[in-house]
Amino acid sequence: MPSELLLAATIGVALALYFLLGGADFGGGIWDLLASGPRAAEQRRAIGAAIGPVWEANHVWLILVIVVLFTGFPAAFGAISVALHVPLTLFLVGVVLRGSAFAFRSLDLSGDRGQRRFGLVFSMASTIAPLLLGMSVGALVSGNIRVRGGLVTTGFFAPWLAPFPLAVGLFSLALCALLAATYLTVEVADTALREDFRRRALAAAFAAGGAALLAFALAGRGAPWVRAALAGRPWSWPFHALTAAAALTAIAALATRRFRLARAAVGAQTILILLGWALAQYPYLIVPDVTLHGAAADPRSQRLLLVALAAGLPVLIPSLWLLFRVFKPRVSGRPVRAGRVP
Amino acid sequence: MGISLAFHIVFAAAGVALPALMVIADLVYRRTRDPEYLRLSKQLAKGTSILFAVGAVSGTVLSFELGLLWPEFMGRFGQMIGLPFALEGFAFFTEAIFLGIYLYGRDKVSPRLHLLSGVVVAVSGAASAFFVTLANAFMNGPGGTDPIAAMWSPSWPYQVVHVLLASYQATAWAMVGTHGFILLRDRRRTLHRKALAIALPVACLTALAQPLSGDRSAKHIAVAQPLKLAAAEAHLHTAPHAALHVGGVPDLETGAFHGAVAIPGALSFLAHGDFDATVTGLDAFPRDEWPPVVAVRTAFQVMVGAGSAMALAALAVIAAMLRRRRLPDGRRWLLAFVALGPLGFVSLEAGWLVTEWGRQPWTVRGLLRTADAVTPFPYKAAPFWLFTIVYLFLGAAVVYLLARQISHADEPHPPTASGHAV
Repeated sequence: MPSELLLAATIGVALALYFLLGGADFGGGIWDLLASGPRAAEQRRAIGAAIGPVWEANHVWLILVIVVLFTGFPAAFGAISVALHVPLTLFLVGVVLRGSAFAFRSLDLSGDRGQRRFGLVFSMASTIAPLLLGMSVGALVSGNIRVRGGLVTTGFFAPWLAPFPLAVGLFSLALCALLAATYLTVEVADTALREDFRRRALAAAFAAGGAALLAFALAGRGAPWVRAALAGRPWSWPFHALTAAAALTAIAALATRRFRLARAAVGAQTILILLGWALAQYPYLIVPDVTLHGAAADPRSQRLLLVALAAGLPVLIPSLWLLFRVFKPRVSGRPVRAGRVP
Repeated sequence: MGISLAFHIVFAAAGVALPALMVIADLVYRRTRDPEYLRLSKQLAKGTSILFAVGAVSGTVLSFELGLLWPEFMGRFGQMIGLPFALEGFAFFTEAIFLGIYLYGRDKVSPRLHLLSGVVVAVSGAASAFFVTLANAFMNGPGGTDPIAAMWSPSWPYQVVHVLLASYQATAWAMVGTHGFILLRDRRRTLHRKALAIALPVACLTALAQPLSGDRSAKHIAVAQPLKLAAAEAHLHTAPHAALHVGGVPDLETGAFHGAVAIPGALSFLAHGDFDATVTGLDAFPRDEWPPVVAVRTAFQVMVGAGSAMALAALAVIAAMLRRRRLPDGRRWLLAFVALGPLGFVSLEAGWLVTEWGRQPWTVRGLLRTADAVTPFPYKAAPFWLFTIVYLFLGAAVVYLLARQISHADEPHPPTASGHAV
């Protein structure tokens, strides 16, 4: 396999992990914002306990994506940074406020008022960030970012402030909410609390389905190239069938309270969606002017980057395994001690 | 970008050094079984987590900002300097993972694994500073455009040591100042005395080592980046037996200094180890290549001045400890500590300004000018103010939280408002 494909695959895997893990952290923030009912405080506490030990590590996946992108595909990175300057800047502000407000909230000693203030910043920022990230992705595949001779010619607003990117943004928001609520059904010990998150997961599942259909419908005009790929390739419809099966499995499992199955199905659904995006976009990094091949760094840089990545993995994988084994005992199959909510 | 970086290096430097201090406190606790050291270590861990959270998000911002603000730089040089950034990413991953385990896992993992996690946090923090400094060394004097050569630029051994020492030094002095301040108000708070006892040796050792590292750097720069040294000293005319000017205001037309103390031959000695050596002056370079000389020199003077003050204080502390065989904690010592506390970070920021301003008008020396690297985005002021405001908010929140954390550190039951506070 040519090295640029390997690097693109690395970006894809890191992005998928970022979405599965970091996306769920964003989703936690969304449910923090929407916490309601008699157990609102307990919901917030469960979210905080689930995110606390892992969010910083989850976040590094995004840094990895960026680093591989600018090392492996510097030309594309430059063009993306220019064309999506505004949404990415706002996304970053969201990331900054979310992360720091969360850390401040859990360490602040000043009492309820300070807690609520940081909590509100945390949850608002968690909601805005995935929306903007989704909109940026929508703009990338829309075909409305044009690059001539390495220069972006389509301005700073038009490509992402459009109906199709907005629909993709909503889709990503709904997916984050779905991931978080589903994970939480597995992680909380209290039955009533689990029911709260089950209902929320179901609502998010339907919202995600609606947003997906909306995006697909808008793609006809908003992103014709990707629409053609999603509808007209030999793999298209079997692939959609597989994704739909995962989504329906998730809904059915949630409805029948088989939470661990639901979590697996939601994870599979997310991975399939991201894979579908990657396949539909291939071989472009920015549809339709920048390709993987055209934007790739020189082969020696690519190979060295792959070596560096391969050298890092033996450190990373066991460390991550340890982290999740310590804090998410059910992931490794060990039962959680009852009443572990700190 | 500058604002983000200026903030980031404070958070990052503290994020490199605090874990080390936290592990030291933990080790002392394990040896003495004195619960106050345990509490101290826990407080340092909380401080680390606040700073790491902010360092993590501001690091994310920077990795994006590289592209958002300098798309041309990243488009051309991304592949060359990507290697240290990729390795830094892994170091960062490790730090985040084990900090999570150290902070939240005290009761969930064995004591040995817990301590080991702390050590890993400290080591990987230092490793990420190491890799990032490699990238900066590339910008100062690219060793070549091949990725391996770019990773090991000529100035890396000097810069990396200088930066790592500075991180520990700045953090340790800040800690010395903070706890000195609290002891000044109430001398009975023994926890803060113990914190002082941990921070002070680190502060003194680094303060004494740093001038040596600085001297090595200066001698390297005198040969490798003579323009930067000339700017840092506002040294106009290439000449042998060059004098060192301390303080005062340089006149860039005549090369004279107003109100400065001149030490004949000292500049030649510091730059080349010989009082009669010739030191290249600004006049050897076309004027449009000059960095902002007065700014660079001012920053340099601040850095060296603050560094010298800390080194002298370190000598005095060591002398006092040798004579009295106990921690110097008289009122006057404490006042001095409070005054010296901020100097580490002042010196760190000033040193960073020297290297960044000193490189202008280049972003990558000799290869890319800053004016060509900047984004074509027409409303540059907007992101500038946006990030400035965000960072001011963050800075204020960090200071507020750390202040609360420290002043409540020795209360038997710190008020926890939330159930999930660590």
